[in-house]
Amino acid sequence: MNKLLSLLRTNARLSNAQLAVMLNTTEADIEAQIKALEKQGLIKGYLTILDEHQIDQAPVHAMIELKVVPMKEFGFQDIANRVCALENVDSVYLMAGDYDLAVFVKGKTMQEVATFVAKRLATLDSVLSTNTHFILNKYKEDGILLDGGSVQDVRTTLKSE
Amino acid sequence: MKPINARLNQLPPAILHKFLELATDPTILSLSVGEPDFPTPFHVRQAAIDAIQEGKTFYTPSRGLMSMRKEIANVMARKYHLTYDPATEIIVTFGASEALEATFITLLNPGDEVILVTPVYVTYEPILIMAGATVVHVPTDHTTGFKLTPDALRQAITDKTKLIVLNYPNNPTGGIMTHKDYEGIAEVLRETDAYIVSDEIYSELIYDAQHASIAQFEDLKSRTVVINGFSKAYAMTGWRLGYLCANAELVNAIGKYHSNAILCPPTISQFAGIEALKNGDEDIKHMREEYDIRRRYVVDRLNKMGLPCAIPQGAFYAFPSIEATGMDSLTFCQQLLDKKRVAVIPGIAFGAAGDRYIRFSYSYSIKHIEEALDRIEAFMSELSTKV
Repeated sequence: MNKLLSLLRTNARLSNAQLAVMLNTTEADIEAQIKALEKQGLIKGYLTILDEHQIDQAPVHAMIELKVVPMKEFGFQDIANRVCALENVDSVYLMAGDYDLAVFVKGKTMQEVATFVAKRLATLDSVLSTNTHFILNKYKEDGILLDGGSVQDVRTTLKSE
Repeated sequence: MKPINARLNQLPPAILHKFLELATDPTILSLSVGEPDFPTPFHVRQAAIDAIQEGKTFYTPSRGLMSMRKEIANVMARKYHLTYDPATEIIVTFGASEALEATFITLLNPGDEVILVTPVYVTYEPILIMAGATVVHVPTDHTTGFKLTPDALRQAITDKTKLIVLNYPNNPTGGIMTHKDYEGIAEVLRETDAYIVSDEIYSELIYDAQHASIAQFEDLKSRTVVINGFSKAYAMTGWRLGYLCANAELVNAIGKYHSNAILCPPTISQFAGIEALKNGDEDIKHMREEYDIRRRYVVDRLNKMGLPCAIPQGAFYAFPSIEATGMDSLTFCQQLLDKKRVAVIPGIAFGAAGDRYIRFSYSYSIKHIEEALDRIEAFMSELSTKV
């Protein structure tokens, strides 16, 4: 991965001016590079990572293992498209192993997620079974520590041991 | 009790260590540590784990495993175009620190003069004093990029000069000497028969140039001891592994002291070191690129907040001037600590020539550096509104 992308992966809010200094180039060049990457579709978007504990009425997250029957000609693409189109769904991955699709969903309450799985997901054509895992806590997301977690600087802790 | 060695009382105060200790206080944001923030690459750690599992935990030859010395010779030839015979011209040491100590003890008689180019790394002088040597400082400053100049060196040389210590890339200044910079120095050195110790521990952390060694001047090589190690290049500080290269006669002499002082370098570390030398180039590249990004960010911000700083060419330190604040380096660092809870090292820790500067280590994550710089910026703007 080029250096610009790896810097943006750790912090998408670094300004073009900061990035230009770090990478020894001009702001205009950084702006052009980012535009090109966005246009090319390599950069798909920028999100904010939250510690949801601090939100009133934090959403409930679940990971659902989906077993499906792949369709002739379309394989898994067709069912994946239909799952992706559901508004509660955050992420959909095709998996190797015991099941086919890993589906990450969120809802206001456990009841909402349960209803979503029972009424919308399990009822899709070609879905054979669902296995729902509610997420109890998130410690780390996209490389960022959540929930007050921190990585100790071992250099320092070693010296006070 | 009988009095202890009187030379201990002549050692300069341990300012660096006082500020390093602050790093353990969780309320203080420290930029003081002089070691990589990266963990030792896993394949290197695995090599040590394998050695332990295979029971390879006995003494090695006092000069280190032959396989290790061969890898060192390969690296010296491949990276720095220096040829050393693994059988007779290399000693593996307990960190570069022991290589320095063993060399100083072996070469020096009481009363010999040793030239240090200042600002200077803190451990040379105490050992030189313990060896009974007289230390002569050659100050450098930011106007020459902290480079040693031939004239300054020539003025410091007397007929008592026994040894000249060079350390490039430099801790604390980040300054380097290129091959061209060394040409004039080499000429001055040809006018003496003094030994040369070249501490090249930061040789892999050089950003816009090629590393140069004074030993690349063939006529000076026979009286030069090149010292290097694993701490900075491979993020292996705690492994205590370094080495020295010199001609066979010098290595024989230094080896006599070394074998009595430490018997042999740590065996497990040597197996890790072999792996690092063989397969560590990618790790070095990755770390250097990270340091480079931080270096540019740090220097840009320091300059913008009124702490002028030339871009350091090597190591992982920025060494900005605090002259404009009118403070000496201890006052500056103490106030920064009291008001903003940020610890940087006062330049005076590296000798009188450093008193106009502070040492800022960028071996920290960008997030950590950014927070520290925000606080220093606030400190600087409070200073300027006061005036």
